[in-house]
Amino acid sequence: MVPTAHYLVLSAILFAIGVVGVLTRRNVIAMFMCIELMLNAVNLAFLAFSRHLHQLDGQIFVFFVMTVAAAEAAVGLALIVVLSRQKQTMDVDQVNEMKG
Amino acid sequence: MEYVVFYLFAAVSVATAVLVVVQKKAVYSALALIVCFGAMAGLFFQLGSQFIAAIQVIVYAGAIMVLFIFVIMLVDPEAESYPGGSLRHISFWAIPLAVMLVFLLIQAFPDFLGSGAGSRAASAQPEGSVENIARALFTQYVVPFEVTSILILVAILGAIVLAKRSD
Repeated sequence: MVPTAHYLVLSAILFAIGVVGVLTRRNVIAMFMCIELMLNAVNLAFLAFSRHLHQLDGQIFVFFVMTVAAAEAAVGLALIVVLSRQKQTMDVDQVNEMKG
Repeated sequence: MEYVVFYLFAAVSVATAVLVVVQKKAVYSALALIVCFGAMAGLFFQLGSQFIAAIQVIVYAGAIMVLFIFVIMLVDPEAESYPGGSLRHISFWAIPLAVMLVFLLIQAFPDFLGSGAGSRAASAQPEGSVENIARALFTQYVVPFEVTSILILVAILGAIVLAKRSD
């Protein structure tokens, strides 16, 4: 059986890759996909702990995280469609009306 | 054998995750992300959560990524301008900072990194089967489960209202 630590390290690596993507990409869809990647890394940690502690609660948490991620994706992608209609751009640096 | 499977899926998921970040076109990022989710479904299965692995493939790699690709085709994003000028230093520092973040996250769980940190007796482990998940979901977690349906409904309404043409 693969130790829990291996899964946690993998989860940390994937989360960090997602953070790098959100910080460096300027395309709003790509940033959104990196957020999904981070959510999945957290899910992996939840499931690793669920197995380690012999409890089912971690898997229930992952279930709810996935549900919220689906709702978030629907609303976020609708916002992206509105953005493309109004500004004709996907570059988040172009969307700075609320920047002081 | 288990280690071989684990490292195979781990390598695929990390490689495709890097591809998601470095690909310039959003479509290629989305395709890499689908492969990444598939590999992670394999890891979930290996962790004994069959139901979550199936949901991962159906909901994430299926529904959510299809939604992403629909929107990418709908809005047709041009090749993005990679951060230049004042933002370039962020890209430069991102890699060392990410490595530091990995070590920081690993340090958060020192108890699990010692020797023999593997799982204890595997026999007492509750299976992540549909039956067990459903029993927990409809008894102990029935209220959050019902609230989730309201959340989905609100998300549907919000998406429709936002994406509707206002003319």
